[in-house]
Amino acid sequence: MKIQSNSPSSDEVGFRFLWDSERSYVAAAIEISGITKRFGEFEALRGVDLRIEQGEFFALLGPNGAGKSTLINLLAGLLQPTSGSIRIMGHDVQTDYQRARSALGVVPQELVFDPFFNVREMLRFQAGYFGHGPENDAWVDEVIEGLGLTDKAHTNMRKLSGGMKRRALIAQALAHKPPVIVLDEPTAGVDVELRQMLWAFIQKLNQQGHTIILTTHYLEEAEALCERVAMMKHGKIVALDTTRALLKSHAAKQLSLRLTGPLPTQLQSLLKQQNGDEVVLALSELSQVEMVLSVLREANVAIQDMQLQEADLEDVFLNLVGNQKGASA
Amino acid sequence: MKWLNPFFWLDDKVSPRWRGVYTLFKKELLRFWRVAFQTVASPILTALLYLLIFSHVLESHVKVYDQVSYTAFLVPGLMMMSLLQNAFANSSSSLIQSKVMGNIVFLLLTPINTLEFFAAFLAASMIRGLLVGLSIYLVALCFVSVPTVYPGWIIAFALLGSALLGTFGIIAGIWADKFDQMAAFQNFVIMPLTFLSGVFYSIHSLPPFWQAVSQLNPFFYMIDGFRYGFFGHGDVSPWLSLAVVGSFLLALAWLCLKMLKSGYKLRS
Repeated sequence: MKIQSNSPSSDEVGFRFLWDSERSYVAAAIEISGITKRFGEFEALRGVDLRIEQGEFFALLGPNGAGKSTLINLLAGLLQPTSGSIRIMGHDVQTDYQRARSALGVVPQELVFDPFFNVREMLRFQAGYFGHGPENDAWVDEVIEGLGLTDKAHTNMRKLSGGMKRRALIAQALAHKPPVIVLDEPTAGVDVELRQMLWAFIQKLNQQGHTIILTTHYLEEAEALCERVAMMKHGKIVALDTTRALLKSHAAKQLSLRLTGPLPTQLQSLLKQQNGDEVVLALSELSQVEMVLSVLREANVAIQDMQLQEADLEDVFLNLVGNQKGASA
Repeated sequence: MKWLNPFFWLDDKVSPRWRGVYTLFKKELLRFWRVAFQTVASPILTALLYLLIFSHVLESHVKVYDQVSYTAFLVPGLMMMSLLQNAFANSSSSLIQSKVMGNIVFLLLTPINTLEFFAAFLAASMIRGLLVGLSIYLVALCFVSVPTVYPGWIIAFALLGSALLGTFGIIAGIWADKFDQMAAFQNFVIMPLTFLSGVFYSIHSLPPFWQAVSQLNPFFYMIDGFRYGFFGHGDVSPWLSLAVVGSFLLALAWLCLKMLKSGYKLRS
């Protein structure tokens, strides 16, 4: 469900659409054009172009050092690009930074907090920085409830456990009800219960029209939640497609077999892994299964057990960005 | 008793345009008020101990102005010293803590502009400095009579002094990367400039060379102008003090705004 503005002048903090007198159009939630970022000699981003539409649930994946955090910091205005431009809901993050920042909520990766205040106070302050007053308190309470912080609303931030601090951090990014929400590894070090609660809440926000951009170590989360995925490597986007299309085009299916005899030589080229009489074959297409069975029949090798596994995003990830040691999404 | 809280009356009335700067100002005020023993009561006690000890030891030995006791002479100096140190401490400690803890990111993500950022930190610093200075005056009145010959000068130098050191604190808070650097700034810059500015003496009691050196210290003009407001006597003309302090304030405010606008050490 896309969120509709009531009028072209609804240019307050929160949801807004750009309006043209000739034709109405919807600005991209995020539009990145030719972004480069250098830190001295090091080129962290090398010409990134990316457009994320309003209402998308989008994953930004890549190994450590690929440039994801740099890109997020540029979106948030915490860094200035070497070249290129970024627009959030149609507003340039450099020249129209106040509107761009009003449209964005960022959950930082680090567990940072203000030790002087309790959860509810911090959320109200955060909303206040964006121009929201007491009229926004109901939303703040909704966020507190949605993230399971009701019992801790009056607890000082420094007295919260790690998981609760993480929830408060997410709540702070949502306090001003931004149409675009960036979650930079929000589930790092978080238990299963919180992860499920968090995703249920974020999915609800997405269904209400919020655009969600996610980076995560857990590729299965990205696969389950995100409609589109961008994979980054060495400061560039190396893959950008729908999750379904990426899985289809880049990943092989795996055929696991337990055989009574040795693997025929004709099938050696498909062999991915062997452990005793168990072999794993990598297939690019489903139709290859018939060929494998036929070769095994001709070689009089019987099948004791067989399993066909669908590829997952991790296979695509490893395929595209390489199985680097210490790689993460 | 919530009607005693000024924010109770203001929260509903601030327009969305000004709510960002108002919220930051409110947060900065509450930040020091939550630890008022440390930020307000403690400097008042320190100043009163100075007053007690110095007046006890020097009251009968030092006479600065006719018809003004040494204890009375000390009061404006101690008020201004505490006012300056606390205005500096408020903005500088808030910023360095936010930077070290990392929670400054929540401020940097907001649409609050450079001028609003500056104004909110500055106003909160000024209020802490003025609160401490005024409290010292009120408590000192229990022990000694202090005249107020020109209240206008007193208010002008209190405002200018707290603004100057509040601005200085923002600059130091942006510049420092760790608490150690901030402590060095406080102990090697602010403290010597304050103590050597005539808090405890008139510079006329110094040898000519040190008189000339003292006149290079901008803190001297803040204290001398402030003291002129109380006694109608000063080491230099209050207009000269006003010009020096005003010029320094403008120069520091310009530097501070330039640092904030460029994102120096905040947005790399």
